[in-house]
Amino acid sequence: MPVTVKPTVVVIGNGMVGYKFCEKLVKKSSGFNIIVFGEEPRRAYDRVHLSEYFNGKTAEDLSMSSLEWYADNNITLHLGDPVNEIDRDNKTVHSLKGVVIKYDYIVLATGSSAFVPNIPGVEKEGVFVYRTIEDLDMMKDHAKKVKKGAVIGGGLLGLEAAKAMMDLGVEETHVIEFAPRLMPRQIDSAGSTMLQAKLSELGLKIHLNKSTSSIDGDHKIESLSFFDETKMDLEMLVISAGIRPRDELAKLSGLTVGTRGGISVNSSMQTNDPCIFAIGECALYDEMIYGLVAPGYEMAEIVAANLCGDNKSFTGFDMSTKLKLIGVDVASFGDPFITQPACRTIVFEDTNKGIYKRINITNDGKQLLGGILIGDAESYNMLLQTTTNKIVLPPNPEDMILGSRGGEDSGAGVMSLPDEALICSCEAVSKGTICSAVTEQNINSVEGIKKCTKAGTGCGGCVPMIKDLMVGTMEANGAYVKNVVCEHFDHSRQELFDLTKINEIKTYDEVLGRFGKGDGCEVCKPVVASILASLWNDLILKQDTIQDSNDRFLANIQKGGTYSVVPRIAGGEITPDKLIMIGEVAKKYNLYTKITCGQRIDLFGAHLNDLPDIWETLIDAGFESGHAYGKSLRTVKSCVGSTWCRFGLHDSVSFAIEIENRYKGLRSPHKLKGGVSGCIRECAEAKGKDFGIIATEKGWNLFVCGNGGSKPQHAVLLAADIDNETCIKYLDRFLMFYVKTADHLTRTATWLNKMEGGLSYLKNVVVNDSLGIAEELEAAMQTHIGTYECEWKAAIENPEMRKRFNHFVNAPNEKDPTAELVPMRDQVKAKEW
Amino acid sequence: MNKHADIALTNAAEWFLACGVEDVPENGGACVKYNDEQLAVFNFTRRGEWYATDNLCPHKKQMALSRGMIGSTGDAFEPKVACPFHKKTFSLITGECLSDDECAIKTYPVKVEDGKVYIKVVG
Repeated sequence: MPVTVKPTVVVIGNGMVGYKFCEKLVKKSSGFNIIVFGEEPRRAYDRVHLSEYFNGKTAEDLSMSSLEWYADNNITLHLGDPVNEIDRDNKTVHSLKGVVIKYDYIVLATGSSAFVPNIPGVEKEGVFVYRTIEDLDMMKDHAKKVKKGAVIGGGLLGLEAAKAMMDLGVEETHVIEFAPRLMPRQIDSAGSTMLQAKLSELGLKIHLNKSTSSIDGDHKIESLSFFDETKMDLEMLVISAGIRPRDELAKLSGLTVGTRGGISVNSSMQTNDPCIFAIGECALYDEMIYGLVAPGYEMAEIVAANLCGDNKSFTGFDMSTKLKLIGVDVASFGDPFITQPACRTIVFEDTNKGIYKRINITNDGKQLLGGILIGDAESYNMLLQTTTNKIVLPPNPEDMILGSRGGEDSGAGVMSLPDEALICSCEAVSKGTICSAVTEQNINSVEGIKKCTKAGTGCGGCVPMIKDLMVGTMEANGAYVKNVVCEHFDHSRQELFDLTKINEIKTYDEVLGRFGKGDGCEVCKPVVASILASLWNDLILKQDTIQDSNDRFLANIQKGGTYSVVPRIAGGEITPDKLIMIGEVAKKYNLYTKITCGQRIDLFGAHLNDLPDIWETLIDAGFESGHAYGKSLRTVKSCVGSTWCRFGLHDSVSFAIEIENRYKGLRSPHKLKGGVSGCIRECAEAKGKDFGIIATEKGWNLFVCGNGGSKPQHAVLLAADIDNETCIKYLDRFLMFYVKTADHLTRTATWLNKMEGGLSYLKNVVVNDSLGIAEELEAAMQTHIGTYECEWKAAIENPEMRKRFNHFVNAPNEKDPTAELVPMRDQVKAKEW
Repeated sequence: MNKHADIALTNAAEWFLACGVEDVPENGGACVKYNDEQLAVFNFTRRGEWYATDNLCPHKKQMALSRGMIGSTGDAFEPKVACPFHKKTFSLITGECLSDDECAIKTYPVKVEDGKVYIKVVG
């Protein structure tokens, strides 16, 4: 066997950029032996979100990767051990702790340190810099006894540090800036004035044009003296006057460094020693230090690519930024400072709301050159894209910052961007990559896109845009592409529903055999299972392995692999005896109990093996399955109604119980929720449900197609002032029409939104029977009601089905030892994953 | 990390008796205890094939794969299992994650003799 020796890459520095380099290199190739030295005692962490450390995030939360990640990728990590010598003649590095490594390549990712100006007294106790988790820990300790503090530096980091100081409970926080405005690198003076007003409102005291002459006190800070001969008493000071590249090791090793610091590199990030590269804030490219994370990541990409034989070069980087400073949006993009006559400027200023927006456009009015946003940066992503992609501006460019006032929308938003538009600059992901992930890999969640493309995993600023692109692409696809179930069926759900019905097919295998191909998957199996259950209402456990996990075990799987148990409590009405029984079951099986939003009781933390025994006890006490695990009717919520309430017009509880029992167990494309309110006060929140019934003087108003959830929508009126029988008749038709025609996992609200003809069409079908199918729909509902059986009762009475609830097939009495519960407020909860 | 390190040390290819054919549901899986380990065994009736993998889904470290749905994907009908927690899918042949390339599971040979299912714990 040929022996190949992998080249050794020594990465010096384990910050965000150093880590990102490792991640990129192992992704591209396994042909390197990677050794990392980090000076700090912990693994690389997210320095951009450092201030979140004071809002409860832990060092581990901020960590960029797990400890195992390094081991899994065969990366040797030396923490708390800086390299103090590079011997370029013998190609070795020597660490502080005495580790000597022979290298083929070195990547310097030593980052930067806080620049501390030479003010007399900087060494005093109570003076800090804001850079590492250690700095933050020291600030935290000190801040406990402090009432008044200040930050020197009104730049981006200085304001972050001021925010941190406020979070630490310092009552009076001052910001001292030498320049005449805040954030002088990013915003103009009008923007600074607006920002200053906003920040002052929030309690920060800001001093501009102020320069510190000395830090006074007897070994401990007591006051500051300024060149304008004023003084300020205080107990704590954070210096945030800029960064200084960590180039001392490079200098010591004879590498070229800039006159004002930074390791000089060419466009391949190579230093004057071709085997040594520098990336991130320690690198000096074209006389510039790039103090943001996105260009650092781009540099990491370039070195990783070049080591793997790709030819990539760095050509500078857009330094546009958007951030939230102490709750105030601040953004600057392109060239924010260019002025007339080189351009034309449009400015919007609203001191009432604290908003300032400026855009700079070309003299011909066709292109955007840059701008500044304070107080409202929602349009940042679009403006940045318009600038970098040189997109032609709409006829009224002011619409871009004001929104269109009347008339048509200006432009088609994100979907009008070119495919090569860079959406995520941290990870260099283009619009084309995101859209093709949606189209070609059927990804339909932002999380999915993050996993697949890495877009949105850096600073997270582009996430709203990713979502818009995803939704836009899906809509575009929906309009032109047939909505097939999955790769195994060339049919929509509605077509499969009709085919299955007409051909009276009862099993998944036969549906797949006749209308599909391959062996099925986790997408089409539950779709067909739902169709079969809707059509024939057969026991779903007869075909257990085509059911989604929750349906397969008739319970909801929770973190850690235990399940939750929800008995039906129709209309939310329950007897004291039944309440006691639920309490006894929960105690016996050590279950966590919680009242659900649907007026019933959920019992969490049940082991798979215990489910049949739990249900046996509940069923003996008169309970039945609540179908919380199924895409089916959940609950019909009710207010207390006319039996007790002095405002109640009708008995809403009795009607809710009747309705819930009528439709219990109805399998549908998505979950179904209902509500009945006894008067117009609407305490049952029925208009937030798939169907809501609200009492009137003359009868009931029936509302349909509402939901809560991520896109709340109120239900709309289908019929007014109807009696109980008519209400039930319309509901039978409405629900069966939905079951028959909606796509899988489509709630009634979305179904109606997409329906051609909308509400008036639905009204015609349900109320006026325009399709002549009312009788068929009602008959289908009668069949459902006639064949209803409690699934849990059937399961516990059948020894074969019962056996399926054993965790180990070869050790039936043993529970899953890995399902761990931990105490919380006198009950238990699942262990965090 | 390597949950099977101790198995690997006990030398040689051991076929161990996991369960009876009838113990594993058709076109589905079951969990098998092997010493202190958990394996998932799948009865792919539709193809007349058996597969075995780790029971642990590496994504959130949950013992759940045996409870997942199985199926196939692509032109070559690659057999796969989907974790019930977040629907990450894994090849039943190679163990590779088909949803992304961030994690993988181990797979083990399976044989059926006289109605008994055997899993080979060292491959």
